[in-house]
Amino acid sequence: MTEHFKMETPATERRLDDMAQGLVGAPLDRPEGPLKVTGTATYANEWQIEGMAHGVMVRAPGNSGRVILANRDDVAKLPGVLAVIQDDRLLRNPAQGTANEAPVQSPHHAAYLGQLIAVVVAETFEQARHAAQSLQVTLENAQMVQVDPATAAVEPQDGQALDQGDLDAAMRDAPHSVDLVYTTPSHSSAPMEPHASIASWQGGDLTLRGSYQMLKYNRNELADSLGIHPDRVRIISPYVGGGFGSKLGLAPEAVAAAIAAQELGRPVSVALQRPQVFEATMRRSETRQRVRLAADAEGRLTGLGHDARVSNLPGESFAEPVLQASHFLYAGANRRMSLELARLHRMCAGSVRAPGEAVGVTVLENAMDELAHEIGIDPVALRLRNIPEKDPESGKDYSSRRFREALESGAEAFGWADRPGVKERREGEWLIGYGMASAARVNVLMESQARVTLLPDGTARVETDMTDIGTGTYAILGQIAGDMLGLPRDRVEVVLGDTTLPPAAGSGGSWGASSSGTSVYLACEAIRRQLAQRLEVDEHDLTLKDGRATYANQVKSLSDILQGDEIAKLGHVKPGDTSTDVRQATFGAYFAEVAVHAASGETRIRRMHGSFAAGRILNAKTARSQCLGGMTFGIGIALTEELAFDPRDGHVANHNLAEYHIPVNADVPQLTVELLEERDDWANPMQAKGIGELGICGAAAAITNAIHNATGVRVRDYPATLDKVIAGM
Amino acid sequence: MQTNLTINGTPQRLELDPRTTLLDALRHHLGLTGSKKGCDHGQCGACTVMVNGRRINACLTLACMHDGDEVTTIEGIGQPDNLSPLQQAFVSEDGFQCGYCTPGQICSATAMLEEVRNGWPSHVTDDLDGGADLTTEEISERMSGNLCRCSAYPNIVEAIRKAAGENA
Repeated sequence: MTEHFKMETPATERRLDDMAQGLVGAPLDRPEGPLKVTGTATYANEWQIEGMAHGVMVRAPGNSGRVILANRDDVAKLPGVLAVIQDDRLLRNPAQGTANEAPVQSPHHAAYLGQLIAVVVAETFEQARHAAQSLQVTLENAQMVQVDPATAAVEPQDGQALDQGDLDAAMRDAPHSVDLVYTTPSHSSAPMEPHASIASWQGGDLTLRGSYQMLKYNRNELADSLGIHPDRVRIISPYVGGGFGSKLGLAPEAVAAAIAAQELGRPVSVALQRPQVFEATMRRSETRQRVRLAADAEGRLTGLGHDARVSNLPGESFAEPVLQASHFLYAGANRRMSLELARLHRMCAGSVRAPGEAVGVTVLENAMDELAHEIGIDPVALRLRNIPEKDPESGKDYSSRRFREALESGAEAFGWADRPGVKERREGEWLIGYGMASAARVNVLMESQARVTLLPDGTARVETDMTDIGTGTYAILGQIAGDMLGLPRDRVEVVLGDTTLPPAAGSGGSWGASSSGTSVYLACEAIRRQLAQRLEVDEHDLTLKDGRATYANQVKSLSDILQGDEIAKLGHVKPGDTSTDVRQATFGAYFAEVAVHAASGETRIRRMHGSFAAGRILNAKTARSQCLGGMTFGIGIALTEELAFDPRDGHVANHNLAEYHIPVNADVPQLTVELLEERDDWANPMQAKGIGELGICGAAAAITNAIHNATGVRVRDYPATLDKVIAGM
Repeated sequence: MQTNLTINGTPQRLELDPRTTLLDALRHHLGLTGSKKGCDHGQCGACTVMVNGRRINACLTLACMHDGDEVTTIEGIGQPDNLSPLQQAFVSEDGFQCGYCTPGQICSATAMLEEVRNGWPSHVTDDLDGGADLTTEEISERMSGNLCRCSAYPNIVEAIRKAAGENA
């Protein structure tokens, strides 16, 4: 009994507004919270499995050549060592998000320094670690290879190119223009839980307890990597200690654990060590971006150009989609965009929270600030003046878009009117500045399935292989089902993270909540119809609340209606024409106040505010938390985060949390977030859009624009560390 | 080698490889996986436990160095049906998202509040002898050894402030 639904036309019936239970949108606590705060939620490397051996992976010491394990036989004889494995199926790098097939498998040839080329398995972790450290890896026939994106050969990404009107003429004729080059470094997702997998085989069937974001894809990637049928693979991932893109695709430790467990005939756990997470999972590509903006005397854009260079390993098709939001955020008749991909031998580039917009919108928003300064108008006014009526390239309508309201409301909430002039405000040794930026991120619906079962006792169970990586899935799916079925939140159980359950969209691309939520909504709608059928009323005349149905002046409990039966329905959503008929995106605005030390150039963020519009908010508490996280990623991008690559061999020089500086508590003020009321009928029947990444898409620019306001200094080479700021002061 | 530890009030006699960290002793040998391994380098704070009442990074010390010590882990602070005020405040203020740094945050905050009660100053305390008020700035400073990539920091600060206020 499956409820299939394809999103072909706008869903104008806003049923969640009318449900009597009133759960959706409410700031409810996460139901799994008590487990997480007591350390009793079980993450990947915490399952206590009888007879488990421990594996530690070993890295290539260079970026080319044939891998030789020089003292392999000696290491194999060390106390406790069970195996030294360099199987052909080991992964060169993780799969890209939604790849659905094995990535490059090549443990015998190094492609980048840090590539994981073997796994050493021993009875205990200590023995495995010692043996792995003792393994001498040499590279035969190593050569000089390209590691520098500035000089590497590039491949134009033709699908991303655009040439509309005449940008050169627009730039030439405009009374105001800017032509700027900004660079952003590589970033690491750096989730707090390192990638880890425990593999165990029962005959030809593999169970992998892993830390993954998109299980239906990961299952196929694992099966393809091992050369077995996906039916033989089960992945369990009920709790994921953060992902931010780095756990979208299957990573090397999963395949290593599976191979080792099969070879040894016992369960094997392999956890990446923190430096391995930095060196051998994914990085956001560094970017070099040129932005050209042309405007008339009032600040109306006549031209917009955005050209970017990014990089990746040979054989990887992923190219950081830097231009994604530049296509639709602002007006401007004359437009040119291009993206090129440099091939080099650094670690793999892939998705890191909000691939594309996180750095693309940031630089565009710096350029807008520079243009506003050049014209001499307020930066908010410049944005408001350039909100296009229709998509400036396709001419399509937008779906819901409360961009203007976010700018105006955010400015009001922050107190933008009090903005000082450049270098105008000083408090003791601190120079004070305000900055702002727009936020934008594409909105996507993906195929997703969930089963909802209404049980005879009037409780419900939601089941899907969807994951909760901290995003709030356990909370929101229970709220949606509770509203649709008229049940208090504690009478809905949500079961996630197991590939034996209906396949979901997975957590990524900000599409998880809206896609998996819609599948739950659909299943519940089908259950409502069946309840109505039993009561011989129209489903729309049925009010469900607190486990009771009210209809035609009668009240009956769900258990009385069910009479000992259960009703199970599968909801199945697929994207349809609404994904292409209109331009769907989420929007917002950031405002920041910084203090820059007059003598050292150190920047402290005093205040930061975000106003966001992302359709219906499913849980105001968890949605706000997603925005806090995104804005904090923006703080990192602005001030501290940079993967440093050794120019000689391309290795990550700062492969740990002491040298790759993610923001700490003291770097982050008490951020404020406003979530605007919005319904997007084009998005899905819940009118909800993604919010997991919107908070990062441009956030860094609000801070660097504030640094300019405080000091007059433009740092165009991220991050804006104090040495760069002081150099301009 | 043999090591005697008191973990959450229960004496434990462990026969361990001397290379075993206190964190791995907890996670691999006692099944106490509430203490998390985020970096194994003393850089993230996810493994924070209390040894004789003081917070330390359990990954950065060997178990055999703690013979006779009293160790309190997150499992000793509260259970799902018996949350400490701080744990309850983390739930209600959404002081976590993925939850992986959370046990370390809570162990750290539990010990931190005791440090404040004992008048210990921090980097941002104005008067080194006068004690410190639990301002946002003080809490943020004192909790900066515990990284949170989801960045629940503002909510962590609120949770700590709320729990401390209730205890005061």
